Amino acid sequence: MPEHNNIRNKLSLASAALLQMGTAAAADDTDNGWDISTAVLFYQENDGRVSAIEPVISGSRELAEGEKINLKLVLDSLTGATPNGAHASSSIQTFTNPSGKKAYTVTPGETPLDDTFLDTRVALSGSWEMPVLDEYSRMILGANLSKEFDYASLGASASFQRDYNNRNTTFSASLGLNADTISPSGGIPTPFANMRVADSGTNRDGADDTKTITDLMFGLTQVINRRTLMQFNLGLSESSGYMNDPYKIISLIDGTTGLPITPADSDDLPYLYENRPDSRSRQIFFWKTVHHLTEDVINVSYRYHTDDWGIDSHTIDFHYRYELGNGHYLQPHLRYYSQSAADFFTTALVDGQPLPDYASSDYRLGDFETQTIGLKYAMRTGENSEFSVRAELISQTQNEVATPIGDQANYDLTPDLDSYIVQFGYDFRF
Amino acid sequence: MRTVCLLGLVLTLAACTTVQPWEKDLLAKPSMSLVPSEVDNALDEHIYFSKEASLGGQGVGGGGCGCN
Repeated sequence: MPEHNNIRNKLSLASAALLQMGTAAAADDTDNGWDISTAVLFYQENDGRVSAIEPVISGSRELAEGEKINLKLVLDSLTGATPNGAHASSSIQTFTNPSGKKAYTVTPGETPLDDTFLDTRVALSGSWEMPVLDEYSRMILGANLSKEFDYASLGASASFQRDYNNRNTTFSASLGLNADTISPSGGIPTPFANMRVADSGTNRDGADDTKTITDLMFGLTQVINRRTLMQFNLGLSESSGYMNDPYKIISLIDGTTGLPITPADSDDLPYLYENRPDSRSRQIFFWKTVHHLTEDVINVSYRYHTDDWGIDSHTIDFHYRYELGNGHYLQPHLRYYSQSAADFFTTALVDGQPLPDYASSDYRLGDFETQTIGLKYAMRTGENSEFSVRAELISQTQNEVATPIGDQANYDLTPDLDSYIVQFGYDFRF
Repeated sequence: MRTVCLLGLVLTLAACTTVQPWEKDLLAKPSMSLVPSEVDNALDEHIYFSKEASLGGQGVGGGGCGCN
């Protein structure tokens, strides 16, 4: 009997790290090297829209038993153009860039795109995991910092995790805080003010603004059986401050013709800067299942998101790891996302009608579905190294939110977005 | 929706068996991680955060961007 208990104790200790999320190394791996992941992602949208190159490097190292650090650097270099919020029209449309100095023109029938604010973003993040209280609890402290020319974000997070039931159950409670500074080219625009013709003032006040985000999350990870693990997370997120997109405008149209109006002031353009509420309250429910078949692994998750802007969404994400043997595998990926539009989402405002409290034509707040299909191939290239390549197609289909007026009926007011990604990755230990 | 989620959670947990440490051979494999590739996951989350109005679910902390 005592001998049996002794073996059980040794095995319990040896398997101490088994339920730790994201840990790849087995508990008996003590060489304390750095596990490095590197990747470069290429992202390309249709019709001259956004292109991005994103190199990433991430390193993890175990400092002591149960103590681990991670550092990650991501560069995000964007080019191309993105919709400015105005919709396609039979008129030639002229817009002014955010600094107010240059005009750009869009031919009839084209969805207006602006390219002035795409640039490079640098993001650095780190985390430190350490045992606390006893061998069954951990604390993970995180910090993140990102910068692009018109946006800065600084954040910290703390997560407490505790194991129960022979480490078959883990509860976690996490808190995250982020403080963002928005400093757009030309300054913050006055909500619902007109975009101005070039060199005639901007209706932008030259200032910055800020936003804070507080996230709370409770999680449960549960071993279901020898082959199955599940995770359930409940998240609450509160944002407040400057929630607008400082570059997005809304077409101001005639209520009969559906064409952009000719404003009374000849220096005004028929586009108004958007206005969103100054707070946003979100709730998220997330459920993930990982299941080991004979050789292969299914990883599937569902997320429900709801908020006080009227946006409800469902996300189903499915990965199937198909083992080819000898350290090679294929991994098909399917993702389905559907979102209902924000209450204040609109494709245009009608001249003469009272302004709503809030309005935005940002397509990302619209009613749409996104479907992703992808495939990853990975091969082990050494004892602790792996090379991978993946390619995915992402297709976003926007749905109409209102009956078109006049000329609007001739065009797709919320065009679909197609994009693809190609990513190369290399993981190694050093 | 909330009732369905809670019910699903309760039923799922009721179906659990207690797995002993020496039976965790499969669960310990890297392919059985909740997030097998942190890098893939972070890159994907960033793309979808930039193009959709939902984010999060897997954890807190991450930082914002002026993604347009």
